[in-house]
Amino acid sequence: MLKRTIPILILATSGAILVVAYFSPFTTNWSEVVLMWFNILAAVAYVLGAGNLLAVNLEKVSSRRAGWAYALITLVAFASMLTFGLFKIGGVPSEAHPDVPYAGDYESTQSAFGWVYEYMLSPLTATMFALLAFYVASAAFRAFRAKNLESILLLGTAFIILLAQTAAGMFLTGWIPADSVFAFLRFDSLRIAITEYIQTAGMRAITIGIAIGIAATSLRLILGVDRSYLSKQ
Amino acid sequence: MTNTSHSNHSSNATQSSGIRGFLAGLSSLDRRWIFLGVALAVGIPILLKLSLPEVPGPMARATFNAIEKIPSGSRVLLAFDYDPASQGELQPMANALVHHCASRGHNIVFMALWPLGKQLADKTIKDVLKEFHPEYVEGTNYVQLGFKTGNEGVIKLMTTAITEQYPNDASGAALTDIPLMSGVNKLSEFKLIGTISAGYPGAKEWVQYADGASPEAFTLVAGSTGVQVSQLLPYYPKQLEGLLVAVKGAAEYEMLVTEKYPVARHQGRLEEGRRRMGPQLVAHLLVIGLIVLGNVAMIAARGAKGGAR
Repeated sequence: MLKRTIPILILATSGAILVVAYFSPFTTNWSEVVLMWFNILAAVAYVLGAGNLLAVNLEKVSSRRAGWAYALITLVAFASMLTFGLFKIGGVPSEAHPDVPYAGDYESTQSAFGWVYEYMLSPLTATMFALLAFYVASAAFRAFRAKNLESILLLGTAFIILLAQTAAGMFLTGWIPADSVFAFLRFDSLRIAITEYIQTAGMRAITIGIAIGIAATSLRLILGVDRSYLSKQ
Repeated sequence: MTNTSHSNHSSNATQSSGIRGFLAGLSSLDRRWIFLGVALAVGIPILLKLSLPEVPGPMARATFNAIEKIPSGSRVLLAFDYDPASQGELQPMANALVHHCASRGHNIVFMALWPLGKQLADKTIKDVLKEFHPEYVEGTNYVQLGFKTGNEGVIKLMTTAITEQYPNDASGAALTDIPLMSGVNKLSEFKLIGTISAGYPGAKEWVQYADGASPEAFTLVAGSTGVQVSQLLPYYPKQLEGLLVAVKGAAEYEMLVTEKYPVARHQGRLEEGRRRMGPQLVAHLLVIGLIVLGNVAMIAARGAKGGAR
């Protein structure tokens, strides 16, 4: 009973306060308290996330399931970064408080934490993202086929945007005077027409639809009609 | 005569089917050739330092003008809402934005909604602010608030109570003791908010929760990755007064900034966007070429099937 009633009451009260605070300045302080609680809970969620990461990966390693070596690397990396950060290993002493232990900056590249960020995490994440270029090119070759009218329109739009995003667009159509009647044929004009009119019109419709959906879902949650977020036990 | 004509016709048909067969066979091209093509398309322009002229577009001009129009010495908030994965696309505009704000004499407050955004802001402070504007003093001319968890909750609370959200700056100094933040407790007390955004939470949340709460109080500008710009276009130019889109937006904005506020050394730090435009041009042309080739292969394969029938 309490397991269901208390979460519903917390959600209904918090939701109602945030809605009322938007329209009434007298309840601003209440909304600030609710938001502070929200941010504290979001910080606690990181701890829960870390616990979950440990549980899942430890289980994978102990049962020697497929890919257990990756799980072990994850655990070692997690434990190392946590130790480097918490104990400020290799951190330089604070200029303001040189006699106080652990007062220095743990993020400088002299520290283990800063070194791993600068020379391992940063290049690795950038590399992972850069790999997308290879897969996008491969997918473009295999999947972008002009099979019907819709795909021809999509291809035409893609060509215009791809060319207009580089100096090639200006090179190919820059000679058309910007004040002539044919100025709309310039790649930069076509790009603006596509993005600011066609694309924006579509996105506005989607955004308004999503906003109405969120409002409806929020109302169902605040009123306790939708309880799908609660545990089924 | 008839035999010769028949022979020529047959030879042409064989040749034609050979070319068609070759084109049709491209459908099953090993993707490692494509990967090699991409590596060359990006690598060669980088090595040759291929740089091309850019013409600033209306969005880059709008961003530039938004920062120019606020009075010199205004308090501005810059949110670094991205991580190293998007650094290649977004760092050039972050560099130019910080240099522009400092050149105008604005006082800058840095913060981050992404955990690794703080480190990127630190890097920008070191590489751009301290390098080109050594007169900027921490606490008086700039402050680093750092990262706070809570996504849009952070923005929402900052609209009414910044000191509740950030009692201290990133170094641990109480916000009330920092001259630049003295008496500042609401986002509406900033003249301009700029967000460099790679996704959620980012530019969209700043529009919805900050601009939505105080629409007339400050100017909002954003720099965005190419993939999420479609979500931001509906907000431009009324809610987002300026919008920098991907590397092209950065390159155009860099041109405007460095034309008006040139630097004497380390110019490369403010030319990163333009440096990336060369590889982008060749890579885009390669993708167009691959799409055309893929379609030619499809048509040839259809023709070959028709011929076989």
